Amino acid sequence: MSAFTLRVNGQSHTVDVDPSTPLLYVLRNDVGVRGPHFGCGLGQCGACTVLIRGEAVRSCVRPMSTVQNAEITTLEGLAKNGVLTPVQQAWIDEQVPQCGFCQNGQILTATALLAKTPNPTDAQIRDGMNNTLCRCMTYYRVQAAIKRAAKAVAAADTNPDREVRA
Amino acid sequence: MNTFTSIPAQIEDFLDAHNGPSRRDFLRASGLFVVTTMAAPANLLAQAGAPAAAPLGAGPYPDRDYRQLDSWIAIREDNTATFYVGKTDLGQGTGTAFRQIMADELDMPYERTSCVMGSTDVTVDQGGSGGSDALQTDGYPMRRVAAEARRVLLDMASSRLGVPVAQLAVVDGVVSVASDASKRVTYGQLIGGRRFNVTLTGNNVDATTGQAKLKPVQDLKHVGQSPQRYDIPAKVTGALEWAVDVKLPGMVHARNVKPPFAGATLQGVDESSVSALPGFVKVVRKGNYLAVVFEREEQAVQAVSKLKATWQKPATAPFPSSEDLFKYMRSATPTVSNQPNVAGNLDAALSSAAKVVEAEYEVPFQGHTAFGPAHATADPRNDQMTIYSNDMKSYGLRNGVAQFLNIPRDRVRVVWMDGPQAYGRTAADDAGFEAAFLAKEIGRPVRVQWMRNEETAWDTKGPAYLVKMRGGLDAQGNLTALDYDARALDHNHLGYNEADTVLIAQLTGQRKTTPARGGASTPSHMYVIPNRRTAGQVIGLPLVWETPLRTGNLRDPDGPQVTFASESFIDELAAAAKADPVAFRLKLLTASTDDDSGFKRARSIAVVKAAAEKFGWDARPSPKAPARGDVLTGRGVSYAFRSQTVVAQIAEVEVNRRTGHVWVKRLVCAHDCGLAINPEALRRTIEGGMLHSLSRTLHEEVTFDTEKVTSVDWVSHPSLRHADTPAQIDVVLVNGDPNPNRADLPHYGAGETVCKPLIAAVANAVFDATGVRLRRIPFRDARVLAALKGAGVAT
Repeated sequence: MSAFTLRVNGQSHTVDVDPSTPLLYVLRNDVGVRGPHFGCGLGQCGACTVLIRGEAVRSCVRPMSTVQNAEITTLEGLAKNGVLTPVQQAWIDEQVPQCGFCQNGQILTATALLAKTPNPTDAQIRDGMNNTLCRCMTYYRVQAAIKRAAKAVAAADTNPDREVRA
Repeated sequence: MNTFTSIPAQIEDFLDAHNGPSRRDFLRASGLFVVTTMAAPANLLAQAGAPAAAPLGAGPYPDRDYRQLDSWIAIREDNTATFYVGKTDLGQGTGTAFRQIMADELDMPYERTSCVMGSTDVTVDQGGSGGSDALQTDGYPMRRVAAEARRVLLDMASSRLGVPVAQLAVVDGVVSVASDASKRVTYGQLIGGRRFNVTLTGNNVDATTGQAKLKPVQDLKHVGQSPQRYDIPAKVTGALEWAVDVKLPGMVHARNVKPPFAGATLQGVDESSVSALPGFVKVVRKGNYLAVVFEREEQAVQAVSKLKATWQKPATAPFPSSEDLFKYMRSATPTVSNQPNVAGNLDAALSSAAKVVEAEYEVPFQGHTAFGPAHATADPRNDQMTIYSNDMKSYGLRNGVAQFLNIPRDRVRVVWMDGPQAYGRTAADDAGFEAAFLAKEIGRPVRVQWMRNEETAWDTKGPAYLVKMRGGLDAQGNLTALDYDARALDHNHLGYNEADTVLIAQLTGQRKTTPARGGASTPSHMYVIPNRRTAGQVIGLPLVWETPLRTGNLRDPDGPQVTFASESFIDELAAAAKADPVAFRLKLLTASTDDDSGFKRARSIAVVKAAAEKFGWDARPSPKAPARGDVLTGRGVSYAFRSQTVVAQIAEVEVNRRTGHVWVKRLVCAHDCGLAINPEALRRTIEGGMLHSLSRTLHEEVTFDTEKVTSVDWVSHPSLRHADTPAQIDVVLVNGDPNPNRADLPHYGAGETVCKPLIAAVANAVFDATGVRLRRIPFRDARVLAALKGAGVAT
């Protein structure tokens, strides 16, 4: 067992766990967040995705030994002061989720994608999202929501009164 | 706008008042439980609908009496209403639809209602979900009880305001005197926080009714609108508490240790191989069921691979390998042979036919393969058993666990919570039993969760099918004879939550003496064919019990398999007749009108025409004239019904003849489920269902050798991905009722019918593009390329 400190959604947490413990279990069971889900434990599906420095990271295959002092954003940490991000708002406007269990991965992967590629082509969306799975097969609406969010961000960029980020 | 918070006091008080002591106790004991809330009181109430906040009830938990109006509806002083229904929402927005239909009959604004679903101690037993019957069957008692509540409230208002009911008007939960709107009283003022104490009638829950009549559908205001699904915001913000999130004081984590070989016998366990590991609680063994229990989740996960157990392989192979599956199915002796359904004289018609067409179709085992593996948490404290589960049939889980563990029913409850999609008889059933079994063994709350390989290998499978078809055409290209003969690998098909068929029961040796019969299903179409035979046989595998190839209902349980064969074959016949595939079908649908099935036939014709019109169908026989280039395009149509819902679909495909890759570029679906309650939610349900079938068309297959299942993750068991998504999906909602404006236009089911025709639509489109007929799914690149090469079409 070893002590690890994480900053999750701006709050500091210290845990004492085996260094090989996947970050996902610590986030869910010690920090107490519900956004990242266990889907495969193999880094194949994306259900466990979190953001570390803006990168979409699969927390189920990230041992604690590699995330000492990491700044982590989970799905719960996207909205600031109760204001949803354009991606989250697009997800609601497009009524994307069915069961919703995978949507943590869809939303955070899309968030990271749009941060790098603010105006993605269809091919870039398909490519960038391709390893993030959904068994309700909401892909069609996920892709529509990503385009919707990209438009919302672009529109806000031309309006200096609004501060919006993907 | 969304925050974590405890249940607000006013909601707690309300629920206390309405639900009595069990609700009060578990709320008070629930410091760790939180629900999502929003600012406005009505929304706040709506969000409180999730009955998650429910540890430690004192019990017992008697059944809710469906004959009491108070079991269904509660109205608060602030003129908001909560509906309690015995269904579960798998993510298709049924909860939102229930609020719409009940708000309409009650005359309440949608925004001032909320819905509680599927938890056995607070909602009447409507069976949970299944069969796409939420609106088709269960929506009617919901509407009737809401109408009855309105009637009772109008009676109360009549006394309060001193005018006859006939002189009252009600708008948005406010009753006023028609001639003097200043004289008014709200529902909340009339009944708020108090019981109706009104007895309903009906011999079963589906028949529940009061005295009030339903409104004509033309008078429904919320129905046909598309309020956004109330469950989505919490799924987007991370605020939702899922069944996987339940945490209880003293809870421990369990993982199953599955047999490494199907049918293996557990001979010995060396507990010392894990007992010195940190957090060790117990190794639980009974028969061939084996589990490790640890204080922390990752400790349990690690212990599974470290536990030394000795397993003996069965004396004979449990099943053939998946490569030999269809060879096995052809030669196996059926366990069941259905009496064929015969009309006319098939043999005579085939022998006199100008042209006879024969084909055989193969569908492998396919799994539910839930996105999050099966899980449940069970709490044995206070001499009760509470199970937190996403099982869509929560009431069955309650009954089954009570029987399995020999606990009185009224001491068991299931709290239904959101989870990864279920879509049928999944391992969520099994996990609920396992959690309860382990909790009883250990005496502490236990959370069990399957791992990915366990879920993908051991989850219940949709039966494999082998279908032989023969058809006869006369000289004019009319279909005069059709023979359908199916073999389904479905012996010992699992029921839901049966105490003697769940996996832990099988592994611990508690079996039925006779395996379930299983079924071999037949096509669902309205074609008029004078001479026909439909026959089915059930096939079994050598290993009947404790097998990872156990079959159970998978979203429209046999429809995709059967319709792949039947609607591909109709296309083969159309091609043989050199007829346009849409025209060929319409001719079969309109060939006769002198039977009693005109209602469904008229609606079948309507959806086929609507799909063709939306697609811009170019009438011509398939296949298309040979084209140049690597990428060939084509279109295919297919149609089916399920219960009273009829669907026609058209797929447009691109087939790369260099790689064998199939991309379904566009999908059109014409869908008639009668009255659409929430059209936008319905559209998404249709899209998701079609793409689920597309995943089965292109990717999914359970593979196995002669010892075990070898498809165990998302690499060895691929599923649809973003790159496969069609560029365009068009959904046309059709009302093909011969009397489309009838006041009692029914609301039929959705969610499963769309899964039926899709595979054949894609196969027919591939044939149109390439002239090559694919009769075995999935259409993975290598299989398609081999078929194209075989036909000399590949480049």
